Amino acid sequence: MESQGLGRLYRDGEVIVREGDSGDCMYIVQDGRVEVLRGTDGDTVRLAVLGPHDVFGEMALFEREKRCATVRAVGEARILTVDRKSFLRRVHEDPSLAFRILQMMSRRIREADAEIGRSSSGRARPTETTRRATAGGDH
Amino acid sequence: MWATGAARRRRPELVLRDGSRVAVIGGGPAGSFFSIFLLDMAQRLGLDLSLEIHEPRDYSRPGPASCNMCGGIISESLVQSLAAEGINLPPTVVERGIDSYVMHMEAGSVRIRTPLAEKRIAAVHRGAGPRGVKDWSWRSFDGYLQELALGRGATLIPSRVEEVTWTDGRPTLRGRDGEARTYDLLVVATGVNSSLPKALAKLNLGYRSPGTTKTYICEMALGGEAIRERFGNSMHVFLLDIPRLEFAALIPKAEHVTMCLLGESIDKELIQTFLASPEVQSCLPSGWSIREDTCHCAPLMNVRPGRHPYADRVVFIGDCGVARLYKDGIGSAYRTAKAAAVTAAFDGISARDFRRRYGPACRAIRTDNTIGRIVFAIAGQQRKRLHDARGILRMAALEQQLPGDRRYMSTVLWDIFTGSAPYREVFLRTLHPRFWGRMVWEILKGVASGSRAMERAA
Repeated sequence: MESQGLGRLYRDGEVIVREGDSGDCMYIVQDGRVEVLRGTDGDTVRLAVLGPHDVFGEMALFEREKRCATVRAVGEARILTVDRKSFLRRVHEDPSLAFRILQMMSRRIREADAEIGRSSSGRARPTETTRRATAGGDH
Repeated sequence: MWATGAARRRRPELVLRDGSRVAVIGGGPAGSFFSIFLLDMAQRLGLDLSLEIHEPRDYSRPGPASCNMCGGIISESLVQSLAAEGINLPPTVVERGIDSYVMHMEAGSVRIRTPLAEKRIAAVHRGAGPRGVKDWSWRSFDGYLQELALGRGATLIPSRVEEVTWTDGRPTLRGRDGEARTYDLLVVATGVNSSLPKALAKLNLGYRSPGTTKTYICEMALGGEAIRERFGNSMHVFLLDIPRLEFAALIPKAEHVTMCLLGESIDKELIQTFLASPEVQSCLPSGWSIREDTCHCAPLMNVRPGRHPYADRVVFIGDCGVARLYKDGIGSAYRTAKAAAVTAAFDGISARDFRRRYGPACRAIRTDNTIGRIVFAIAGQQRKRLHDARGILRMAALEQQLPGDRRYMSTVLWDIFTGSAPYREVFLRTLHPRFWGRMVWEILKGVASGSRAMERAA
């Protein structure tokens, strides 16, 4: 992982984004894995584990809310950032650039809806897929 | 199956429909990007297209058989755009991630790092490695993009196009195999190192091929260890006062360092002068020189855009259309390919459709290049003035300890040399009063220290 590949190399356990921080970029996992954690009443809940080509923090490109989850490396992970400013400049020139992000957000909303439906009917525990969906892009 | 509403309102015969046939001549980045984007959009629209890429190069073979003659730098902005498109360059393609650059002038050198200490520039080989390599474990960048295009349903015709004619108002291609194939849309993505754009310019399409200049590219086989030790992950750029030399760069990769020279009439004498300069000598192992068998080439580069890069059923993309001045050729290929694909998918394939949607993308690059010429002219003047050059270097060096938003000179230099931002944006940043204030202050300090040194010497 040393000279090859793009992005920044994070060591095992190193925090990439922290809950409550303000953000101005989106992250794309190039190599390795990261976990999405959210603190609830002093407990930390692992919402998802993301791998190569997964995206997180994309909502920071569209709104200026605080990160609401912490993401940290599980083992070594290489992460590429996409800046809000350069992304929005390109989207202004070519709106279709946002299509994949919208497609991913749409999928996550659909999966989160399904999860809410299952929870309210008191059925199964969340699956890894739906936990990834609910982890979404707001961190 | 169906065409979009906007397209339906236009000339019905000049719209892509189910079963339409598209030919892409040239399987470099422009051709592959176009194929990827058009096939993606067609899939979203439920449109069933047949797309054939005509490319004789074999991206699995090293040397000239697969090389598209280029420095092989994927800019920061392109890396980010591709990532947003879902195209993540794998570590087998990225031979080295670049996280900084060292700028060399006669007055000294300075290292400039990305604010986030992140590798955002990719150093790649366009082909399957330089001539003579053995046990090569890296993948060709062009080959990788071509695989993505083929994975989306494009078909590869691995032969050179010999002739382009018109049959019932449609382009017909004849290859070396003698077979004639007629298409609904012809996309020309041959670059400027092919005779085809000039041949097409004679077909009364209104197209005129771009103005070019000769460059020089050489693959220095220094070996991985020497590259790690001497270059690390830094690209070295040279703004030296050598006549006819506009710009030079040494780009570290896995086992080779790619040397790129841009300027006017680059010849053997200029290359030797550059290599003999102390700034370059300090980067290379002692005694290193270009040998007869060193992989090198002198490709042409687009420096003036082609005229009317579209007609009914024809569009010219990438270098044979419009490209950014001196920088980010692959980024220009991406932008023009995307704009042409969007036009063909959502509007139509008439000259009017391309003028309406593809034309503005070309104009934006052309206008930005005009500002780029001004930026390079100013940079060229400043490198000749020792005090100016020292002031610039000192300002950039001092900024390395500051947060990213206060690195006025460093970001300007970074964006000029990496091609990460439009020249217009770079130029506007140089108009900031703090940029001027600091630069003038550093130049005056340089003049004062120079005068004191002269007094001491006297």
